[in-house]
Amino acid sequence: MENLKKTSLYNKHLELGAKMVDFAGYNMPILYTSIKEEHQAVRNNVGMFDVSHMGEIIITGAQAQSYLEYIFTNKVYDLNPGEIAYGMMLNEDGTVVDDLLVYKFNKSEFLLVVNASNIAKDYKHLVESSDGFDILVKNISEDYSEIAIQGPEAEKTVNKLLNINLKELKFFNYDQYEYGSHRLLISRTGYTGEDGFEIYGSSEAINQLWDIFIDGGVTPCGLGSRDTLRFEANLPLYGHEISGKITPIEAGLKYFVKLNTDLDFLGKDALLDQIDNSLSRRVVGLELSKKAIPREGYKVYKDEIEIGYITTGYYSISIDKPIALAMINRPYTKKGTKISVKIRNKMVPGFIRDKKFLKDRK
Amino acid sequence: MSKILKDLYYSDDHEWVKVLENDVVLIGITDFAQSELGDVVFVDLPEEGDELVQGNEFGAVESVKAASDLIAPISGEIIEVNEELAAEPEKVNQEPYEAWFLKVKLNDSKELDNLLDHKAYKEEISE
Repeated sequence: MENLKKTSLYNKHLELGAKMVDFAGYNMPILYTSIKEEHQAVRNNVGMFDVSHMGEIIITGAQAQSYLEYIFTNKVYDLNPGEIAYGMMLNEDGTVVDDLLVYKFNKSEFLLVVNASNIAKDYKHLVESSDGFDILVKNISEDYSEIAIQGPEAEKTVNKLLNINLKELKFFNYDQYEYGSHRLLISRTGYTGEDGFEIYGSSEAINQLWDIFIDGGVTPCGLGSRDTLRFEANLPLYGHEISGKITPIEAGLKYFVKLNTDLDFLGKDALLDQIDNSLSRRVVGLELSKKAIPREGYKVYKDEIEIGYITTGYYSISIDKPIALAMINRPYTKKGTKISVKIRNKMVPGFIRDKKFLKDRK
Repeated sequence: MSKILKDLYYSDDHEWVKVLENDVVLIGITDFAQSELGDVVFVDLPEEGDELVQGNEFGAVESVKAASDLIAPISGEIIEVNEELAAEPEKVNQEPYEAWFLKVKLNDSKELDNLLDHKAYKEEISE
């Protein structure tokens, strides 16, 4: 555990009695009291996550916008300053380097928020893809801390505890706010399927905010509930639904890829070819017909034939059903297809379903 | 601090065995085990009439985060399965020494000698 990095909130986690784990090289809280309670706090009220391990990379330069258009799957040109886009960076063969948020400051300055586990790889990819572009890539991950305030009561809670009114801040927009002597960047984004905000600031500012939110009754939430929440909302996790071996088409993330434009981007040709000729598998939803839990890596069968594997699966806390996201070979991807999942050498029956798990909420 | 009861036998795999009478025992998981697992959502158990073999896997406890194999602490025939756990798996977290999994008729009560007493188990989990 000696070589693990710590976020600036590390001591706060210990004070709260968090169970700590190694995640992407960081010693992070997996839970404080219970994954279930933390999950429900976010679905029904408000919770707070330390997401300081996320990577922040700044792209500056006269050609920053055309460079981003080239390395990012979603549209950048039609973003206004203050707007954010979700998308991916791809390898030449269409597989995913990482998924990320792009914050547009202006045409020549952008903030990229990337996965902790991929910071070094992303930085290398960004630099190696920058030939011919007049831009500068700067990794500022160590300079900032970040918390996420998530849940239906997030807006009210920030207003009450920080006296910052976020009512006018739209989904996937950000703005800068003063708090005492601190400057904060706040975006209406998140990874839970609920309303909420991500707040970036200096370590000092974020430590101060953490205490205010804890004292104000906001539930601290760990990586355990972060995963159960994002999964139910069908938000992909790098290394699971997307990876260096999976394309956005296979992952069902075509919506975030500007294939319907003339814009050229790294990996585009491979994706077009895959759509036309060779899409052999896709991430789908899956539900079991009896109580058992379809865990990541378990194999999926149609009769005796292996047809895929679970990418993420849980006994869903919000909808009380055993559900999963799974990478399934075509033509078994159709909704209603009866399948089995092999769990501890037993074949458990289930079926392919849509991925909008949360619409099953009572 | 995990609770450990005096009159039970314990396995290295954090299961407890309670001797009732006539070589009939109850099997469950310890307070330490439930606390390590977190919120239990499902207990996957064999059926009445099935045989347990000491040291062999016989089912799993599934928490939100992970599945943890159950290893038979003794050998014998299952004479009852605690059906209440299907509806209320959270009992395993709330009352680990009440929420038994299986009632088993021992094949050989000498197998109990392979298990730990409460003192040895306490040492085991404090390591």
